[in-house]
Amino acid sequence: MSVKTYAKAINEAHQQLLASDPRVFVIGQGSESPWFVGTTTVGLVETFGDERVIDTPISELVVTGSAIGAAMSGMRPIVFHPRLDFMYLAMDPIINHCAIWHYMFGGQVNVPVTIRGIINRGGEQAAQHSQSPFAMYAHVPGIKIVCPASPYDAKGLLVAAVQDDNPVLYCDDRWLYSLEEEVPDEIYSVPIGKGRRCCEGTDISLVTYSYLVPHAVQAAKELAQEGISVEVIDLRSLRPMDYGLIFESVEKTGRLVMADPEWPVCSIGDHVTSMVSRHCFSALKAPIEQINFPDCPVPASTPLEKAFFPGKLEIMDACRLVVKE
Amino acid sequence: MSERDLEALAGSHLCKIPPRFDSIGLSDSAQILLLREMLRIRVFEETVADLVIQKQIVTPCHLYTGQEAVAVGICHSLRDEDQVFSTHRSHGHYLAKGGGMQEAMAELFCRVTGCSFGRGGSMHLAFPTKGLPGSSSIVSGSMSIAVGAALAEAVRKSGGVSVVFHGDGVPEEGSWHESANFSAVRKLPIVFVCENNLYCTHMPLPKRRVHDNFPEMAKAHGFRYIAQVDGNDVLAVAEAGKLAIEKARNGEGPAFIECRTYRWRGHVGPNFDVDMGIRSQEEIDFWKTRCPVETFSRYLLQKGVLSETAWKQIQSEVSTEVDASVEFAKMSPYPDVSSLTNHVFREGK
Repeated sequence: MSVKTYAKAINEAHQQLLASDPRVFVIGQGSESPWFVGTTTVGLVETFGDERVIDTPISELVVTGSAIGAAMSGMRPIVFHPRLDFMYLAMDPIINHCAIWHYMFGGQVNVPVTIRGIINRGGEQAAQHSQSPFAMYAHVPGIKIVCPASPYDAKGLLVAAVQDDNPVLYCDDRWLYSLEEEVPDEIYSVPIGKGRRCCEGTDISLVTYSYLVPHAVQAAKELAQEGISVEVIDLRSLRPMDYGLIFESVEKTGRLVMADPEWPVCSIGDHVTSMVSRHCFSALKAPIEQINFPDCPVPASTPLEKAFFPGKLEIMDACRLVVKE
Repeated sequence: MSERDLEALAGSHLCKIPPRFDSIGLSDSAQILLLREMLRIRVFEETVADLVIQKQIVTPCHLYTGQEAVAVGICHSLRDEDQVFSTHRSHGHYLAKGGGMQEAMAELFCRVTGCSFGRGGSMHLAFPTKGLPGSSSIVSGSMSIAVGAALAEAVRKSGGVSVVFHGDGVPEEGSWHESANFSAVRKLPIVFVCENNLYCTHMPLPKRRVHDNFPEMAKAHGFRYIAQVDGNDVLAVAEAGKLAIEKARNGEGPAFIECRTYRWRGHVGPNFDVDMGIRSQEEIDFWKTRCPVETFSRYLLQKGVLSETAWKQIQSEVSTEVDASVEFAKMSPYPDVSSLTNHVFREGK
């Protein structure tokens, strides 16, 4: 056990997965680049060689499709995209092939591929270098989705994704890369489909994931000083989703704030609030509040960009509103 | 199409003359096996056409009649563990690679005994134990997946080869080019087999491309073994396939084979697309004179490799096998509705 950053935890998971399982290989655009993927692939090619750590031309479709095909052939590839925005070019292999293959052939062929989509944004990168369209993938049956928000989960969920017999979309977030915490040195996995209660509370269930988790935890701390007791739930896994954990919390608190780091229409937040409305209606003491990005593309200009991405302050405002109601 | 267009399409050296059947040193029994495999596909497909007309089969069937020499010639040199990826027109590849006939027929009836348990239908046949991990009905969809099967072989150095059959419309998709470039740059053990049947759905080649230059495209991407053969000449296909597969297996990188051929029936279903003004009856009649099954059987009979009695015996056996597959399919139940949402994920993890 030692203190590691989120980025280091991802790197260590790669190292240990490659070292422990000959079926694992890493493929993507920029594995040898100093800037594409932060420091998460540093040292991999030196240790494991360019046959198992494959830097690729900018051909998202074939790179993703080939990882999917290799997974069908018994390998455990990790294919990564330096931006989720670029991954749209691989939608056909992901949706039309990877997600439905196991079902379409009656369970004969499984696709144990890990598709790592990295979220990066900020710094005036504008609309095509900033996206995190989780719901677009969550809509499709057949792909699991995990979004680690801590160094511990970043390592454990990557290991779980690779060990899973199904396709897993693993979305790590560059805004979390410098987070630090104690992370085991040995290889371990975090179960997919299980959320995490980050802190207990009695007045509000604050459900969130990805980069908004640290904002939510900080908001809960500050709201405690105002006498508002907030329970923060990190979904960690969007598919399958830990409904039990959410419902149990809302049954206890009677209030829900959903903080969802993506566009608002047909979003993960919409799904959570709909499920809570259907299953916990009688427990609700106040209307549900939901935070999303504004319903527009991501702008470049710093003041606009700051207004675009919600954080601790927006979460605190929403929490104050639901207790007032 | 005008006669001039047709001539240009057919290619003077490949398709204006009957198949040549130059000896490639195959034993008599191997040659008879090629004929038998082609006949199995032919009788299967023509039976399916009748069943579609009778509305006993509902799933959209893209029939392979006329192109049998391509699948049979290529698969002749493959091992069970070599993987084949196919298209919406997949029945021929499936049968040639060793997929079970009764399971295929049952899949066309969408029964639970089908090779995809009634979840795939005609365009999605699989038989993993024979190297058929599934076919895609998205035009070019199999390309990158097949590259991945070759990549798996390359990473684990297991000596297998991946073969992807694709139509002449596929090189008009970006996926083909990404797949070609990546295969070449990584020297992957893959063979691209372009089945040029001169049409992509309703569109003839000259309406879709300025150049009729598939081999040149492969060359531009750095493929080292490239062949263009008469796709109705099973021996020519088998020879090109054998060389391509050997080279891919030996680490010489990807290979490309263009097989010029013709599908007798229309893009989908049992019709011939003449009534819709897509093709002329003369064109179809011309290609029927180049029938891959008929011309090869005549060649083997003339050479004395095959006797009339043996040929009749083969025809009778194939007919019995196809009839049995139809009976098997008809007798099979549909999948139970309670299984509707099974297999979205592999259980256990």
